[in-house]
Amino acid sequence: MVASLIRLTGDWALAEDCVQDAVEKALRHWPEAGLPRSPAAWLTTAARNRALDVLRRRRTERAKLTERALLDDAARTDKNRDDRLSLIFTCCHPALPLDGRVALTLKTVAGLNTAQIADAFLVSESTMSQRLLRTKRKISHAAIPYRVPPADLLAERTDGVLAVLYLVFNAGYGQPEGRLADEALRLVRLLADLMPSSDEARGLLALIMFQQARRATRFDAAGDLVPMEEQDRARWDPVLTAEAHHELRRATRSGRPPGPYWLQARIAACHASAPSARATPWHAIVPLYDALLTAQPSPVAALNRAVAVGFRDGFAAGLDALDALDADALAGYHLLPAARADFLRRLGRTREARAAYEDALRLVAEDGPEARFLHRRLAALPISQGECT
Amino acid sequence: MRYMMFVVADPDATAEAEPTPGDLTIEEWLADVDGRGKRIIGERLRPLSDATTVRVSRGQVLVTDGPFTESKDWICGFDILECEDLDEAIAIAARHPMARGGKLELRPFWPGDHA
Repeated sequence: MVASLIRLTGDWALAEDCVQDAVEKALRHWPEAGLPRSPAAWLTTAARNRALDVLRRRRTERAKLTERALLDDAARTDKNRDDRLSLIFTCCHPALPLDGRVALTLKTVAGLNTAQIADAFLVSESTMSQRLLRTKRKISHAAIPYRVPPADLLAERTDGVLAVLYLVFNAGYGQPEGRLADEALRLVRLLADLMPSSDEARGLLALIMFQQARRATRFDAAGDLVPMEEQDRARWDPVLTAEAHHELRRATRSGRPPGPYWLQARIAACHASAPSARATPWHAIVPLYDALLTAQPSPVAALNRAVAVGFRDGFAAGLDALDALDADALAGYHLLPAARADFLRRLGRTREARAAYEDALRLVAEDGPEARFLHRRLAALPISQGECT
Repeated sequence: MRYMMFVVADPDATAEAEPTPGDLTIEEWLADVDGRGKRIIGERLRPLSDATTVRVSRGQVLVTDGPFTESKDWICGFDILECEDLDEAIAIAARHPMARGGKLELRPFWPGDHA
């Protein structure tokens, strides 16, 4: 609703105010008069009428033009789909600051309120409301267009939108409650519906579904992280997993070379299909990481590939693969020493494992779920000879 | 929408190696942008050694040699663009030869300063 008013008036603040006003009117009106037959249509009309009132009072040339657009639109068919897509693309425009893109998408597309977004990102409500304001101002001051990008920009801008949505998901994925993860799933589902020919949107949808399906098993009762190897696979959500497999199949029909989200979803599918951690098809996973590194080189993907090599070819080979990584690119990333520690532990090289766990601990927030996990691993190491002093 | 496009030279930039086909020379860029009526004015500027900074403090005019920032980047030119929206301005900036090796900064005009 906000989306269509923004398109018609080109004024974010006006659109939001009018919708807010319509909702307040509904709250006063509906309890007495009863629920209208179509509450959504009632609200849309009320918001549009409110916008017309405001514009008429402004009496400027521009306001007159906008007023005409509003009246024309009232007579026209539903442009909802284009509106929602335009809104997503505008909120995720690369000229906006990244934190602003995330916040504005959650506000205007997902419909969260400022307090909820502030909560999710652990900032104060006033900080978040400033961030939203600055972002909206830049849209209007810099004339960021409100539209679905033209064909020559579409692929690049879609990647940008997917990156924002995946960021929202990952922000929520690290938390036991994970409201953001749910919102991200909803948003990516919406995007995949709106852009049925985008394999990458569908690939990201499948990837998020596979990850969400494991959600109940990722944390134990104390809120501590459980690694995938130790998760109770019987509790992985079979409905969501089946849906993810379905989306993944749908995303392979365009015949274009596979993109990074689709490839990551394929990897997640390998894990999801394995009846046990021991039965994980590592021989299939390593080549998928190779393809991922070609499609989108990244130090984290290279690290994951090295871990997969360790499970396929043996932990000593895995250590070699880890040592061959670009350590500078991964400097400060705790999962590199954590992966070394894990292979050393499995090889029985306890003293080196201990040192590597301690390296990893220096790189994570004290008391966070990662730190608690590493401490548990460290405590579970056998005490080796020479260490009993 | 009107944008000031600052053309910024970055002395530390590793010279962008071989140009790829489709890269425009400055003459080609000007012909394209002027041909479409997207550029109101634009000039190249003399280097920082020719810059003068002026400010007034307690009624005294203070004139100093050189630029007002410590940054190594320096503005070596500017163009004022008249565009539909930011995406059009980005497309024009991306085709400017200084986008390779240097960079361009797009600043929307504060409204009311032009008719």
